[in-house]
Amino acid sequence: MFGKLTWSAIPFDQPIPLIAAGIVAGAMFAVLVWVAAKGWVPYLWQEWITSVDHKRIGVMYTLLAIVMLLRGFIDAIMMRSQQALAFRAPGYLPPEHYDQIFSAHGTIMIFFAAMPMMIGLMNFAVPLQLGIRDVAFPTLNSVGFWLTATGALLVNISLVIGEFARTGWLPFPPLSEAPYSPGVGVDYYLWSLEISGAGTLVTGINFVTTILKTRAPGMSYLRMPMFCWTALASNLLIVAAFPVLTATLAMLLLDRYLGFHFFTNTGGGNMMMFMNLIWVWGHPEVYILVLPAFGIYSEVVSTFSRKPLFGYRSMVIATMAICIISFTVWLHHFFTMGAGADVNAVFGIATTIIAVPTGVKIFNWLFTMYGGRIYFASPMLWAVGFMVTFVIGGMTGVLLAVPPADFVLHNSLFLVAHFHNVIIAGVLFAGFAGLTYWFPKAFGFRLHEGWGKAAFWFSMTGFYVVFVPLYVLGLSGMTRRLQHYDVAQWRPWVLIAAFGIVIMACGAACQAAQLVVSIRRRDQLRDVTGDPWDGRSLEWSTPSPPPAFNYPVLPHVEDGEAYWTVKQRAREQGGLHEEPDYAPIEMPRNSATGFVCAFFATIMGFALIWNIWWLLVLGAIGAYATFVVFAWRDVPEYVIPAAEVARSDRANRNARREALAAEAARS
Amino acid sequence: MRARPVSETGSANPEGQCRARPVRGLAAAFAGCVVLCGCRQLDVLRPAGPVGAAEKTILLNSLAIMLVIVVPTIVAVLAFACWFRAGNGKARRLPDFVYSGRIEAITWSIPILVIMFLGGVSWIGSHDLDPYKSLPSAARPVEIQAVSLDWKWLFIYPELGIAAVNQLTVPVGVPLHFSLTSASVMNTFFVPRLGSMIYTMNGMSDQLNLQADQPGVYYGQSAMFSGDGFSDMHFAVEAVMPDRFDAWVQSVRGTGPTLDQEAYSGLEQQSVAASPSTYGAVEPGLYDRIVRQQIPPAPGSQNGSPSSAVSPRTEADNVR
Repeated sequence: MFGKLTWSAIPFDQPIPLIAAGIVAGAMFAVLVWVAAKGWVPYLWQEWITSVDHKRIGVMYTLLAIVMLLRGFIDAIMMRSQQALAFRAPGYLPPEHYDQIFSAHGTIMIFFAAMPMMIGLMNFAVPLQLGIRDVAFPTLNSVGFWLTATGALLVNISLVIGEFARTGWLPFPPLSEAPYSPGVGVDYYLWSLEISGAGTLVTGINFVTTILKTRAPGMSYLRMPMFCWTALASNLLIVAAFPVLTATLAMLLLDRYLGFHFFTNTGGGNMMMFMNLIWVWGHPEVYILVLPAFGIYSEVVSTFSRKPLFGYRSMVIATMAICIISFTVWLHHFFTMGAGADVNAVFGIATTIIAVPTGVKIFNWLFTMYGGRIYFASPMLWAVGFMVTFVIGGMTGVLLAVPPADFVLHNSLFLVAHFHNVIIAGVLFAGFAGLTYWFPKAFGFRLHEGWGKAAFWFSMTGFYVVFVPLYVLGLSGMTRRLQHYDVAQWRPWVLIAAFGIVIMACGAACQAAQLVVSIRRRDQLRDVTGDPWDGRSLEWSTPSPPPAFNYPVLPHVEDGEAYWTVKQRAREQGGLHEEPDYAPIEMPRNSATGFVCAFFATIMGFALIWNIWWLLVLGAIGAYATFVVFAWRDVPEYVIPAAEVARSDRANRNARREALAAEAARS
Repeated sequence: MRARPVSETGSANPEGQCRARPVRGLAAAFAGCVVLCGCRQLDVLRPAGPVGAAEKTILLNSLAIMLVIVVPTIVAVLAFACWFRAGNGKARRLPDFVYSGRIEAITWSIPILVIMFLGGVSWIGSHDLDPYKSLPSAARPVEIQAVSLDWKWLFIYPELGIAAVNQLTVPVGVPLHFSLTSASVMNTFFVPRLGSMIYTMNGMSDQLNLQADQPGVYYGQSAMFSGDGFSDMHFAVEAVMPDRFDAWVQSVRGTGPTLDQEAYSGLEQQSVAASPSTYGAVEPGLYDRIVRQQIPPAPGSQNGSPSSAVSPRTEADNVR
């Protein structure tokens, strides 16, 4: 009846996951009860869960990312503390549990923290920056988000029901094949990523279409803000790379479920093919993450230096160069497989070539600051911290790309330190910078600066205290994923790293405090003008938060800094441009398709993991029915009357006029 | 171009401050620590053989080449951020400075030149240090066949007719030619002080050439996660003078059990932290039969609590 699912699936003999899951489930239940008691369910359903508004979906993506970031961070704390305790001792996590933790840490951080963070910020900002009202396929956008949430949910269900993969964040065969991983852990991993991968792919298609086809009048390619360019590059990579991931994982699923021999030891399977395929996706993946981050830094550095971006065209070329070269370097993840000198050297050199456009980007930000008037609000602090730290991470990356150096550093903690160096400084810091930067636009009030700066200094210091010791440990020959060790010379560095994560935890606590304090003091932090940072791109011309339709009339873009031009003209003329003619606006209607679809996808994933075939059939019927209902809908849009548009825009114009007058009075 | 005149605006930002210095201090302190402890502790930078020594040289050379560009960049980032802060009255503001052909030429060409140089190092190094390439030496290499098992290492000396588990004894000053395979899942054979690591894979035989130049006991390990017992997949490499090596071979040969297919199928079973042991004789061609899968790949997880279909556990007493 229930396939493999029995009471033995719940690890009653292991207190840690049970307690953790108990707390999480209790907290979720409490939140649900609270929401229900306050009568907020209809509001949540109508305004958020079924919303197809790109801004709302962006916020939900980011919220998912923050929750998952916390989960992944708790995993990190457990790993560091286990290693700190496990010198000639078993520590407190047995191997079968520890192995799940590092696998879950990597999977969650990449797929359910970093990806949703970047996609969330793109969702929020890209349509606003392009001067349009929504993405090309708003309902598909909602489907993409909810499928991602399904993947995250399945990974977290594995905490209590069954187990998660014990293979590392990429399930290398033959270890991940049925004989060596007979449990449900790898199945949880595979189905979570198949489902959320489909969500990511439709999001990628959506954004490529949006950026290529639906820009505001006058917004030529070379007038797009840099964030839009990097979003385009990143989504092109998603469209090209994610099908590879889906297909590779599908092959592993066929091996495990139906006894195929794609990657098995026997029957003609080849594990090296999995290595190649997974990294054909895996290396572009890191650029999928870091390119939007580069875009955020470009916006932040330019805005807070009070200058346009230096070398815009160079930046565009560099972005697209990275986009293409990133597909030619995957083999550097396994130089030590014995491929031969020519192959290793070619891929090593191709890898180092990526450092050229990346270096150009760093120099362009450098010269954006040159001659600027730099305000160190917390987004700018994250950006400067990024530039310093990322250069070091890039350098160790190029070092690892030199095959003979990789022969002694591969899979060591040096490698671990390298990719955390680029992902934390590159992607995570960008996420924090972007959150602080666009938060007032999304919610109408700024985040508290003091707590934000404290978070930056703790995170930055903590980062170095954790990861410099890991570099040292890698050079001492310590390999990754050790549950215990008995080499005395590693011990002090492992302890320093454990101390470092305490500092990083202080940073996380500051972020939480920042959010609480900012919400409590939202009236003092209110952004009345809609332009809190003296911004340069179009999103800052809308009120904060922007209305559902974003723009009362689509803006006409005249040059690369669309809003700055308009703002300067207003400053010179001492007044706003004339009021436009308002017309009714058609907007896409809310749709429960995404949520319902994800509900059935969750059921299907769970049924597949536990081999509950009748439930799988029910889930499939439900998902198909959802699609049919959506396809046969009669009224896809609703109309916002011209009077409503006019009311919203006049309020915004009044606020701008007052700000302009106040500015003139000051100078 | 994209430039527009800038005027002072009513921004909500606080006054800019130069607060980047602690970062630099911290980095310097860490660099100091690394240098101080480096010579004594960093196994990778303390090679005991020619392969490791050459790799150390390439590693340090590449690092030096990149530091030439990285250090000035970091200094410039901090200096620009500090000097052009909004509060600095002495800084010259250039709000229109958005393009300079000369700077663009430099920012593209310097990384390209560095990468071309480094590419040369990479190309030559990859060929010189190809793990398959035999080491130049008058002495005939010692043949060693390594098999990674769940979760231990088996080393067979085919020409000497002996074998050892979780211990590797080698003569100093003589090239070592390894053939490597795996009984089950992937692993990596890695002795940090000797140099290059390489994967072991079932049904395939990889090759690796190493040499120890100084006598000593070196730490060896698997560097590729291979399951629950992975943390115990380490072994001691004893590099001894050739005469002592011969004496060791004599003491092992003919004593203790024989490694034949039956003994091997016992070894194949999953177990953790096997204590080092030796075999006085080895069935000829055993390694080749493992590689050709005439001996099938090792079975995987057999133990299971609560249920092997859900979440098999390693038996508690197997794990230290």
